[in-house]
Order: sequence, then structure tokens, then C-alpha cells
Amino acid sequence: MSLKPAVDQNDHVQGTKTATLEIVEFGDYQCPYCGAAHPILKEMMEEFGHQIKFVFRNFPLSEIHQFARPAAVTAEAAATENKFWEVHDALFEQQSQLSTNFLLQLAENFKVDIAQLKENETLQNKVDSDFESGMRSGVNGTPTFFINGVKFDGGAVDLYALLKSESH
Amino acid sequence: MLSENEIAPDFTLYATPDQTISLSELKGSAVILAFYPADWSPVCSDQMALYNEMLAYFKKYNAQIFGISVDSKWCHLAFSQSRNLHFPLLADFEPKGEVAKKYGVYEDKEGECKRALFVIDKEGVIVWSYLSPTAINPGADGILTALESLK
Repeated sequence: MSLKPAVDQNDHVQGTKTATLEIVEFGDYQCPYCGAAHPILKEMMEEFGHQIKFVFRNFPLSEIHQFARPAAVTAEAAATENKFWEVHDALFEQQSQLSTNFLLQLAENFKVDIAQLKENETLQNKVDSDFESGMRSGVNGTPTFFINGVKFDGGAVDLYALLKSESH
Repeated sequence: MLSENEIAPDFTLYATPDQTISLSELKGSAVILAFYPADWSPVCSDQMALYNEMLAYFKKYNAQIFGISVDSKWCHLAFSQSRNLHFPLLADFEPKGEVAKKYGVYEDKEGECKRALFVIDKEGVIVWSYLSPTAINPGADGILTALESLK
């Protein structure tokens, strides 16, 4: 299964923008498996970030994770001020504390305009279009990874192991 | 397993402890049938939880989705409440697996439905079907492509 649509200028990118290896994660800020994957991905990016263009798309399962969508919107709000990855990291690192107050506090700490968090259509649309992209690309749970546009059947540990084996 | 262009066999199954749904009642709208092995699989990769997030997209195509397993209506009720599901789960419970057998997606050894998807048009004809490896949640991309083809 392939990634639809392909990565474009609306995506959040870290690592090396010009890298030929492109990894896309579909994730949910309240999903414990995504939370567990986060430190592994951080380590992977420290080691291989110079070779990887890493993209995150939102795939919040709102019905089972009540703070997944508000958290995604908070990260998208931060993105408008070029602080996406800082807030993204903070959300996963403090996942167990997710609550409405926590999100407001986080926004305040990072000096993100809180007014944006409420009913901002552009941010909601970004989260929706990420989710729709996941649906169309065959995402069946989180986290799901795509390597150069092709679905990877494995988790963060497998992904990291693959990169290590390729680099030897 | 039934496939494209075959008539979807009619059935009547419990959708709640006191209500049944028949496929024949649904003519006029597209129907998605998602046969799955059992309630209570792990949360984050759960197929029904995934479809639950996509109801608005299915509705755009005037399509209704139903999950079907051999679990009882009471088991479905508890599962549905626990996962906050907003679409019906049908109980293929008595005679066990009868509907799954009609569609050719019953797993005799485990006594469960296989993981299979059917998209049925508003005339009751199957337009797409897919058998997934049991351990793999097939996602929704195939369903969406099939629904798009109905337009």
C-alpha cells in the first residue's frame, strides 16, 4: 500500500529535508504504542537524522482517545509558530498527563496562541486531511510507518533495526 | 467466498438485544459488511474502533457499515459500549456462523468469522470483497475505493 497523497509542503518535516530516505509516521498523541515508539524514533533520528527526512501525520482515534484530537490541534497550532516538533515531543514525553488543562498549560509554556486551539478551521482541516490521508493509504492502527511512500509492516523497533542493518 | 457481481444473500441478525436488522431492509443505500473473528481484540489496532472513526466518510457515500461476528448480542453490547462504537455490530450467533457460511467466510477450526469485507451496492449486489489474513486489520482504503466506484 502506498502513501496518498505524497509528502508535500503542508507536512511537518525533521531530519534532512533533502534526504532520499523518507519516513512518514501516522500517530495519535494518546496512543500508548505511539508513546512507546517515541523515544526509539528520537534515538533513531539522533543516529540517522542526517540521512532521513522524517514526517509526522496525525491519525487520532478520537472515540477511544478523548485527548488525541485536541493534542493534535495543539501541535498544529504550534506549527504555525514553527514550534511543531517541540510541542510534538512534549506531548509524547508527557503523554500520561494529557488533559484539557495540560494542553492549555503546554500551549502557554511554548507561547502558542491559545485562541487558536478553539474552533480554528484551518487547524481542524489539517488534522482531518492527515486522517483522511491515513485512511486512503491503508493505515490500520498507530503508529504506522511508510518508507519512501510504501507501507512498512513493523513498528519503531523494526524500523530502527532495519536502518541499522542497512548501514552496516 | 462470494465475490463481485454476486447477489448478497439476505439475512436477519440481532443488532441490539431487542432489535434485528435485515439486509433487505437496507436496499437504497450502500452497505459495508465487515466480518471479524471476535470482540475484544487489542484497542489501538482494533478494526471496529478504526471504522468507528470513519463513519462520516462512509456517510458521504450514503453507505452504512455493519460489523459481524459470532459473538452474542450481549457481548456485542458490552464491546460496543466499551469502545464507544456508533454503528451496529450484528450477532451471527444462532445458528452459529450461518451468515458467515452463506458468504463463504466461516473458519471452521476456530469457530469464528474470517476477517472479510464486502461492499454491497444499493440494489443488493456485491461490488467488492476482500479476505484479509486473520491477524491483520485490513484498514479502510479498499472500502473507500469500492464506494467511490459506485458513483
